[in-house]
Amino acid sequence: MAARIQIPREAKRGDVIEVRILIQHPMETGYRHDDVGHLIKRNVINALSCRYDGVEVFRADLSSGISANPYVQFYTVAEASGDLEFTWIDDEGERGSERQAIVVRG
Amino acid sequence: MKRRDFLAGAAGALALPGAALAQVDPRDPLVRALTNGAPVRKGKVTLVLPQLADNGNSVPIRITVDSPMTPADHVKSIHLYSERNPVPNMANFYLGPRAGKAEINSRVRLAGSQRVTAVAKLSDGSFWYDAAPIVVTLSACLDES
Repeated sequence: MAARIQIPREAKRGDVIEVRILIQHPMETGYRHDDVGHLIKRNVINALSCRYDGVEVFRADLSSGISANPYVQFYTVAEASGDLEFTWIDDEGERGSERQAIVVRG
Repeated sequence: MKRRDFLAGAAGALALPGAALAQVDPRDPLVRALTNGAPVRKGKVTLVLPQLADNGNSVPIRITVDSPMTPADHVKSIHLYSERNPVPNMANFYLGPRAGKAEINSRVRLAGSQRVTAVAKLSDGSFWYDAAPIVVTLSACLDES
């Protein structure tokens, strides 16, 4: 599962920064049928979390009510240089993770 | 029945829906599971949806909560509810004082025209909500698309 994280490369300490993540995932609802009429099993990312230097700053429970290729945007305070690490898991137990570094000055 | 009694009764009956409009229905088992019976007041939360969506498969949504986001006073979580989706609780977002700003943007699926509700839980234990109506011309989830 590929994902793209967008955060500023650098920020001043104490700044509120915008964090955006887009994950490639079908978010299969479980209500659709395939070409031969079989129900396609539900498979959505049900949990997403973001750690900043190991401390959880954001968490979300998602459902089939979130669009395919889920996009989430939130904010966090730039405390120190380090990594923002996202982890997620879908209904089939497949885990994904992605990280992005940020440099904090001042 | 005297005319006066009838009028008093009618006024009482009219007052009830008014009260229900001012709050998210507390009898809704989903909201009850979250609030444990605590009142959910309108305000502080702003839910922004387009008025009309051509396609319910991907509808941009923004939830902001008026909060200073300090360790003493911050938003703990934001919960999204749909009236008509097969899964009514669309998403829960958990924030903390480190968020700095209580705003979430995402994209949701909506199965038809409806009212979407966002409930926020604050660190002092109070609950606030906002709701927005939306017209969806092509619904998500239920059709074969």
